[in-house]
Amino acid sequence: MSTPTVGLRASRPAYALFVLPFVTLYALLLLWPLAKGIYTSFHDHDLLSNDSFWVGLGNYQELWGDEVFHQVVWNTIRFVLVSTPIFVILSLMLALALNRQGKLATFLRATFFCASVFSVTLITLVWKLALMPERGLIAQFFAALGLPELPLLTSDNLALLTVALVTVWWIIGLPMIMFLSALQQIPSDIYEAAALDNTPRWRVLTHITLPSLKRAIVLVALIEVIRQFQVFPQIMLMTNGGPNNTTRSVVQFIYEQAFMQLSLGYATAASQVLLAIMLIGVSTQLWLERDRGDRK
Amino acid sequence: MNPLLRRGWFDRAVMAALTLLALVWMAPLLWVLALSFKPNEFLLTRTDVFLAPPYTLANYLDILQTSQVFRWLGNSALVALLQTVGVLVLSSLAGYGFARCEFPGRKWLFALVMFGLAVPAQSVFIPLHRLFSEWNLQNTIAGLTLPGLAAPFGVYLMTQYFKAIPAELEEAAMLDNASRFKTFLTIILPLTLPAQATLGIFTFLGCWNDYLWPLVIATQPDMYTLTRGLASTQTNFAQSEGLGFLMAQAVFAGMPALMLYLFFQRHLVTAVAGTGKS
Repeated sequence: MSTPTVGLRASRPAYALFVLPFVTLYALLLLWPLAKGIYTSFHDHDLLSNDSFWVGLGNYQELWGDEVFHQVVWNTIRFVLVSTPIFVILSLMLALALNRQGKLATFLRATFFCASVFSVTLITLVWKLALMPERGLIAQFFAALGLPELPLLTSDNLALLTVALVTVWWIIGLPMIMFLSALQQIPSDIYEAAALDNTPRWRVLTHITLPSLKRAIVLVALIEVIRQFQVFPQIMLMTNGGPNNTTRSVVQFIYEQAFMQLSLGYATAASQVLLAIMLIGVSTQLWLERDRGDRK
Repeated sequence: MNPLLRRGWFDRAVMAALTLLALVWMAPLLWVLALSFKPNEFLLTRTDVFLAPPYTLANYLDILQTSQVFRWLGNSALVALLQTVGVLVLSSLAGYGFARCEFPGRKWLFALVMFGLAVPAQSVFIPLHRLFSEWNLQNTIAGLTLPGLAAPFGVYLMTQYFKAIPAELEEAAMLDNASRFKTFLTIILPLTLPAQATLGIFTFLGCWNDYLWPLVIATQPDMYTLTRGLASTQTNFAQSEGLGFLMAQAVFAGMPALMLYLFFQRHLVTAVAGTGKS
């Protein structure tokens, strides 16, 4: 095999100039801090005296035995376990119902997607107002129905569920659009055949539509697991990790260790744990998406 | 679901239920919007009046006079614009380089960049914050903007897009002895406008809504972005006497993103759905 020296496929070192600006920034602002973080995680780093000494795997061992860390990992897993099924089922139902032409369907799609474009601080501001005791929209709604007020953000049992539901409300649009897109890709001749056979709609749904969406369902679930595992700002702003640590998440733990406890080594060790989990998740996602490309 | 199936009562019931759900879905936003036009004193006792009087614009006038939201709005706009332009330029160049050019180490470098797709910002923000402090970039526009330029998603997207453009166009230009850069700029780049729009909207909204990085890098209130600044106003609202003011701030802060969304709505939805949709 010979490399051509002229034309489009010619290999020239000068062509690397196209990628140089990005790669420089990428190396400086992503790879270098990543390496520095891994290095720091093997040290005990005192911010005040700027002293740093090698502790090997000490930080990781400490994490392993830290009950607060166990709690935040468990909280994060619970958050993922609660929010992901709601995300998948609700967005799938919305997509199935709204996969049609017409002004009303277009308007409804836009309505359910709309909140996704707002920032997390706007969402938490709106919901903290809506969830206020007595004067809040939800409290008034409960009162109007004659129901007792629920401590939605202040009870150990309900706070995590409430934040999860607010998160679903906020970003249901993305999985909905992904399902809509997957629905559009189902070949219409399958449906035409089913219509000729007078197949009942329920059987069309369970025998044609849902099986065709199997891959999309797995992908959406995985993407939500990855996204929700990094949950942080809405929790910090709505409950600040409380009540009794029942909503404190992994990323909040990292943030607080670094910027409040000022223990950088410990915080970076925790962020390497997060990185490892994310690497597994994203690799699986890329592998799933690649598989689809091959089949086409 | 399928145009060939007859639309019966079931369809109408589903759509009616969804319309009702949409109304409930929007209720908190509509409630905040309606109450932002009520006097603060009124809201101390009543928060269940949507459309009936009293009305006031005092809360919005208070924003003009007392709060820093305009300063924050300016910071957000500047940072988001700079970052969007930066990402578009860098990703287009790099995407073209990776997709259409051959140079020593190309595959290896591309794999290295793709690895970055799996690295969440939350796992590098602590060392990055240390670096930026050493470089005196805390509380600067550059400090707020730069980290977003190193995100590899844009390069991934543009590389895919450039790969899909047929080679013949470029070969013709090369025969005319046009330089590689000139070919890129005049022939290939104009073909990527849809991808530029997609990437641009995502970058802008992502930057506009980013919370974690402005939280750690902007510590002075006059360097806050709108998203960061809005967080600084949030406390326990149960005893708040300035509900109307808070709600007006929420409405004000939501407007830019909402207008961008309405303007690019069609495009945004196809963008999320990926390239496979007509």
